[in-house]
Amino acid sequence: MSTTLLDAAGHLGSAQLPSTESEVWRYSRIAELDLAAFTPTVPHTTVVGAEGLVPRPELSAELVASMPVHDVFDELHAQYAHTVEVHVPAGKVLVEPIVVTHHVSGAGAAVFPRLLIHAGADSEFTVVERFESDPGVVALIVPRLVLHASQAARVSYLGVNLLANTVWHLGHQQATGERDSTTLLATVALGGDYARVRTDVRAVGQGATTKQVALYYADGHQMHDFRTLQDHIAPKTNSDLLFKGAVQDTAKSVYTGLIRIGEDAKGSAAYQTNRNLTLSEGAWAESVPNLDIRTNDVKCSHASTVGPIDDEQRFYLESRGIPPEVAERLVILGFFDDVLAALPVGSLRPELRDRVTEKLLGRVA
Amino acid sequence: MSTLEIKGLVASVAGKQILNGIDLTVRSGEVHAVMGPNGAGKSTLSAVVMGKPGYEVHAGQVLLDGVDLLGMPTWQRAQAGMHLVMQYPSEVPGVDLTEMLAEAYSARGRSTDGLAASVAAEAERIHFPSALLDRSLNVDLSGGEKKRNETLQLALLQPKFAILDELDSGLDIDALRDCSRRVEAATHDSQLGVLAITHYNRLLEELHPDHVHILVKGRIVASGGPDLADQLERDGYEAFTGDEVADAPASSGSYDDLFAL
Repeated sequence: MSTTLLDAAGHLGSAQLPSTESEVWRYSRIAELDLAAFTPTVPHTTVVGAEGLVPRPELSAELVASMPVHDVFDELHAQYAHTVEVHVPAGKVLVEPIVVTHHVSGAGAAVFPRLLIHAGADSEFTVVERFESDPGVVALIVPRLVLHASQAARVSYLGVNLLANTVWHLGHQQATGERDSTTLLATVALGGDYARVRTDVRAVGQGATTKQVALYYADGHQMHDFRTLQDHIAPKTNSDLLFKGAVQDTAKSVYTGLIRIGEDAKGSAAYQTNRNLTLSEGAWAESVPNLDIRTNDVKCSHASTVGPIDDEQRFYLESRGIPPEVAERLVILGFFDDVLAALPVGSLRPELRDRVTEKLLGRVA
Repeated sequence: MSTLEIKGLVASVAGKQILNGIDLTVRSGEVHAVMGPNGAGKSTLSAVVMGKPGYEVHAGQVLLDGVDLLGMPTWQRAQAGMHLVMQYPSEVPGVDLTEMLAEAYSARGRSTDGLAASVAAEAERIHFPSALLDRSLNVDLSGGEKKRNETLQLALLQPKFAILDELDSGLDIDALRDCSRRVEAATHDSQLGVLAITHYNRLLEELHPDHVHILVKGRIVASGGPDLADQLERDGYEAFTGDEVADAPASSGSYDDLFAL
């Protein structure tokens, strides 16, 4: 008899799920999760492109130590994590992306992948993390990413959620950028039942730049939930965020983002854009931007929209003789065009664009 | 030879009746100018003929070769042979001109072979910078570039009739000339019929109309040849509106009344 997550959490002393009463889990579907239905399991993980990179246990230990323990998932993670380490030494440039693929299979599986990325000074590389599953499998995946960009490093990360729409996904990404580093955290969320990504970037060194990009598209009964933080700690740091999503059928999405500019982060610039298309009557999207600015001399802007396809755009295309369903396809793909262009790994764009097309063709108008 | 007949068209927008019975007939190869002051219903006329959402038709017909367009959705009107050159063409982010035209061709059952070359040739002919061809439709284009782009589409889609809604607004004299010449060429080459809706005479110096109609308060109040535009230029809309002039200056009488108090 295997141990369920509920038993395991009980042993750790906190069988309590977080509550939607707490702001961090507001709007979430966390109350539906039954920890007794899942058993901790080893994920099927493959890594391509990291050959020749040497593990650095002391760096991994530092990254793990920086992970917060706020709730039962953090505790379970500490207990059951399966770790992939990517340590790229100073000055090294990798042309091809490192691709980490997790495949979830087996009813009731709960997997806890942990990806630790340490970018040495002036290194440059990209890591892609793919989340896949058997079709129709009821499972839970709780991925954690910890990324540290040393001085002048240029690191891109792309997480791609292609899970079956029966899999729960509770992800957390945290990245830290030192002086003059450039960090991109990108997410494409197409799969999952309730799929949540919390993504935090912290600019701790002067001149650090962070970018966050996401494309999400929920259909059927899916829900995509994003929590973002752009945390400016050092002076003259820059952050930019572009999240674009669509919901159709009875799907839901929530975006909650915070720009925080600390007292020492003078001369910083922060931008945040979240745009949502609601493509069916029964679909719902929410966008909640927040600002917390504690110094002067900053540039800051945020924009947020939720709404259906623009009537003027539709009329324009239809007035050229394009039928409504084609016009809508053009507008929806066009809507995602800039965010697709902003993703690292251009070679993945056609596949991702096809998957978006597949979703919109399946829409019940 | 095709005919576009607008008969007794009555329409409203936002509950306000704007068109009060429009009658107009345009035949292949003809250029008709519809001129009118602000608020006369010029843009409403183009919107209603093309089926823009938000406009309500209460009476009348718009017949293209005897078939009533008013029962068709916009895209079918376009496929039937209508084209609207918009006053303010909408931005469509992430969709470029060639991609849009490829769909417009496919929807008509036309082959898209050689489309890119046709687009490039038309762009050159109308002086639309080729560097802008990859841009999203109408995004970050100047007024003149937008109208060249609209005219380029008109040339490639080869409709039977084009409605030019204030083609002359927001563009310089060079762009106006290029666009007008391209439209005029289409009236000869493919017998395009044109309904040019405009506020000013400026367009008509470049695009030479066969017929001029004056639209006031949702009605055609005068029709004639090109000389009607000259008369309008000389006398203003006032001559056609009787004592009711939309933008009449305050008469001195009002001051007299004021001081008489």
